[in-house]
Amino acid sequence: MSEGVSQPDRPEPREGDGKDLFSKFDDVIAMREGLLARGVEDPFSLVMEQVLSPTRAVCNGRDTILLGTYNYMGMTFDPDVVEAGKQALADFGSGTTGSRVLNGTYQGHKDVEDALREFYGMDHAMVFSTGYQANLGIISTIAGKGDYIVLDIDSHASIYDGCKLGDAEIVPFRHNDIEAMEKRLKRIPEGAGKLVILEGVYSMLGDVAPLKEMVRIAKENGAMVLVDEAHSMGFIGDNGRGVVEDAGVMDDVDFIIGTFSKSVGTVGGFCVSNHPKFEIMRLVCRPYVFTASLPPSVVATACTSIRKLMHGSNKRAHLWENSRTLHAGLKKLGFTLGTEEPQSAIIAVIMPDLEQGAGMWEALIKNGLYVNLARPPATPANMTLLRCSLCAEHSEEEVSQILDIFERAGKLVGII
Amino acid sequence: MDRAAVDAKIRELAEPFNKKGIEIKEDTTFAGDLEFDSLTVMDFVAAIEDEFDIIISMNQQAEIETYGQLVDAVHKQQADR
Repeated sequence: MSEGVSQPDRPEPREGDGKDLFSKFDDVIAMREGLLARGVEDPFSLVMEQVLSPTRAVCNGRDTILLGTYNYMGMTFDPDVVEAGKQALADFGSGTTGSRVLNGTYQGHKDVEDALREFYGMDHAMVFSTGYQANLGIISTIAGKGDYIVLDIDSHASIYDGCKLGDAEIVPFRHNDIEAMEKRLKRIPEGAGKLVILEGVYSMLGDVAPLKEMVRIAKENGAMVLVDEAHSMGFIGDNGRGVVEDAGVMDDVDFIIGTFSKSVGTVGGFCVSNHPKFEIMRLVCRPYVFTASLPPSVVATACTSIRKLMHGSNKRAHLWENSRTLHAGLKKLGFTLGTEEPQSAIIAVIMPDLEQGAGMWEALIKNGLYVNLARPPATPANMTLLRCSLCAEHSEEEVSQILDIFERAGKLVGII
Repeated sequence: MDRAAVDAKIRELAEPFNKKGIEIKEDTTFAGDLEFDSLTVMDFVAAIEDEFDIIISMNQQAEIETYGQLVDAVHKQQADR
């Protein structure tokens, strides 16, 4: 095992110079120290020394099955994808060293935007350097002072940060509560701009939004609708366009936000839209303008991957089989899960508390299984979760191994 | 509705969330004295919004620390309606 990977830093109190601006983090520092003082392997400083495939890596010195990577479609080692990246690296160099609106738009950036337009059947596509920036950029630019944003309380951090940056009035409603959303929409003062922000799949519990009803109500109340489909691209909907496709509301949604860092298997973010004025965003959206564009190799891998995902129906089917098998197996073992039925490729196992969650995480990693440990405040209802995200490349055998490891770890920690 | 009536109504709505039965005064703070976490805040705010048929946006919530400030904000909003 690598030296030091499970060692927390040990901050010393700082002397002089007035108020320490870091004192606001003392609670988090204390929580972390308390957790690690019990000798638990640190869940937040794992190092993957070798990555063998989309589903296997050597983590902290151990051969490990990966069940917490969001690499849903297993595209990271696809030979065509890797080859496209190598070629672009050789032909166009290692980076663009520039903004998309200056010297940072290469042929590859146009190609990946074309691929996205085709994938979603939409008129416009705009690629950002990360998914976080896509939300930050689009939301903050379209909803400004005096506008109202109505959003699900469990929205991703990048959505909240986009809201804050844009200075709109932020009105949250209870998670997936259609009636609560409608009431708030109806109370917005007449004449104000309205944006409803929803996610297709919510990543903490892996549950899906009732988009059919919500999008209809948003439209009836004169709001524009933005849906973040980060966790559904590639495998939900007949063409993998996400929950919007599955719910039959593709034509009613104004903006879809997505990422290259999950099913697409690299890094980057995007927005697709049919709005006739959409292209002006390239000039007015600061998180798009004031940063360097993605490297040529990244856009080339993304483009190849997106085109392959259009024909990924067999992989989609296998991913759903994996999701159903794992969900049923964990339920049978007696674990409490985030959803009654599997709704996505995320299965959240609810832990009684942070202490037992960390213990369970450690028992899993020592038995060769990596999952995400999610803890407050990132989680809804302050839950501690072991978040499992499946991959289309997990074999049937790996899924049954995963269940064996969960059984062993669960009994060891005393949760089942 | 005058301020006293708004106060009385909010006091009533706060009761189920005030688990420790702490006495609520004008300068009682939600985060500090009443130990409201983010979920409790959401439910409490939703109850007030529904009762008075108003919106208290997160931007406004960020400015409200004490019980008295909340009553003032709700009183002002429902008077403006």
